[in-house]
Amino acid sequence: MSASRSLILPPEPRPTARQLLRRWGLRLAAFLIAAWSLGPFLWQVSTAFQPDALLMASPPHILPWPGTLEHFYNVFAVKHFQYYILNSAIVALATTAFCLVFGLLAAYALARFDVRGRFGVLGVILSISMFPQIAIVAPLYLFMSSVGLLDTYTVLVIVYLALGLPLVVWVLFGYLQSIPRDLDEAAKIDGAGPIRILVQIILPMALPGVVTTGLLAFIAAWNEFMFALSFTSGIAHQTIPVGIANFQNLYYVPWGDVAAASTVVTVPLVLLVLGFQRRIIDGLTQGAVRE
Amino acid sequence: MAEALAPRLAGGRERWRVGSWLTPLLLLIPACATMLGVSVYPILNGLWLSFRDTSLISQTDKFVGAANYVKLLADGQYWNAWIHTVVFTGASTLFETILGLGMALVLNEWFEARGAVRAAMLVPWAIPTVVTSQMFGWLFDGQNGLVNHILVGSGLISHNIGWYSSPDYALLTIIIADVWKTTPFMALLLLAGLQTIPRSLAEACYIDGASAWQYFWHVRLPLLMPTLLIAALLRALDAFRIFDLVYVLTGGGPADSTETLSTLTYKTLFSALQFGYGSALATAMFVTEALIALAFALFLIPRMRRTSA
Repeated sequence: MSASRSLILPPEPRPTARQLLRRWGLRLAAFLIAAWSLGPFLWQVSTAFQPDALLMASPPHILPWPGTLEHFYNVFAVKHFQYYILNSAIVALATTAFCLVFGLLAAYALARFDVRGRFGVLGVILSISMFPQIAIVAPLYLFMSSVGLLDTYTVLVIVYLALGLPLVVWVLFGYLQSIPRDLDEAAKIDGAGPIRILVQIILPMALPGVVTTGLLAFIAAWNEFMFALSFTSGIAHQTIPVGIANFQNLYYVPWGDVAAASTVVTVPLVLLVLGFQRRIIDGLTQGAVRE
Repeated sequence: MAEALAPRLAGGRERWRVGSWLTPLLLLIPACATMLGVSVYPILNGLWLSFRDTSLISQTDKFVGAANYVKLLADGQYWNAWIHTVVFTGASTLFETILGLGMALVLNEWFEARGAVRAAMLVPWAIPTVVTSQMFGWLFDGQNGLVNHILVGSGLISHNIGWYSSPDYALLTIIIADVWKTTPFMALLLLAGLQTIPRSLAEACYIDGASAWQYFWHVRLPLLMPTLLIAALLRALDAFRIFDLVYVLTGGGPADSTETLSTLTYKTLFSALQFGYGSALATAMFVTEALIALAFALFLIPRMRRTSA
């Protein structure tokens, strides 16, 4: 055993030139990946703190020195960006809450009950998530207009709920499948009803999965643009992406202000993602790998 | 103990079975009703609209048969957008798959700070696409953009390029922005696939004297293929409906050089207010997506059978 192990990829005390090359090559590649992923974002943050004179200078200044807060002042005091943030927070939180309740009920039904054609249902749900979303904009617009729901939070929450549910059901289904059935079988024998089993037994065990799924639903709703652009028409209900898209006009883009607004809405998201990275990656990849 | 439990067990089972078809149905109703009402029904409704001349300007709304589709087939703008969408989908999926595979292979090896690099890769995925558009708008700005500065400074180009304000480079700029935003996510999917390949296979190969390249080409890649193809399919379907990047960065211009099917449909709906014709455009898109999925499935299923056999 030990003889055969030393034949393979030898863990030798002194690294050979080849191993050193490999190690530094890996480090370089890792650095390039990190730089590629973070570079544009960091440049945006730096831009947000640079006065316009510095932004127009050649060569460009990498660090915002001397820095300024004027772009943040413009974003909040002049453009009232706080309203967009409030709108986005309301819509995204409501969407997340409904997604989790509806999604959990559905995933519970699919994972724990003898549903005939379970994988057929999952397949249909998956295919629903892949159609071009522009295909439902026109009919929904006409319908929402006829019931007077245009330019409300409600219309956005309803649409985002429907768009988010496929992923939420899939990911939660995966989590529930991975939880051992012993406890809920035992509770079932003791006469607990399905909702009680879900709330008191399955939910506590599935909590990490529920948190992850909630994050995914929240980020999706927070970032959505097309429906927000189509269905809302004023600062009273427009969300952040619409606000940021509207910063530009035909002749002049205030890049500093755009960068400041982008930084404000992206930094919390980035912190959230960095904090929960392992769970998010698990949640996102399980569907594709498990098939 | 077992005897004492048996009747209770049977009783419990029995009671459970009474509502056994009703309970899951009730549990499924909220989610399924939402998806049916807000996704499936509007799609069918859109199909119905595509046979009408519904317009919010002329206030017409009557059945016109296949007239919208006849118009569409002869519409140069439609085919222009179709070509851009297909080129964008093909190019971005190809680059993202290859680059993503490279990143996944790096991350599959051990090195210091691997967790930190993996976390960094989630940043482009989490950023709103609208923010990505503005970010690349500033990076690729024709006057003061960092990219122009770096390329001119290193002598690769002699003067500033108006990346997305020139018809020659605008689509390329959008592809680059999309590759930036989506490649890390692709890499994470592929990494998860790579991690399911047992290490012992590598050892067996190296014992048999295979080179690293032979191991990759004959063992790893075939085993990764199902994940790779599924990831590419999901990516292609997503790329095909690109809207945010184009709408914010170029609005479809300059000179329609970046018009895609989603942006063209959006303009037909909300600028021209032609809901009938716009729905025909959307339906044509839907059919194309279904064909892409079908082509992948035909290619994918035999391969997956072969791998599992």
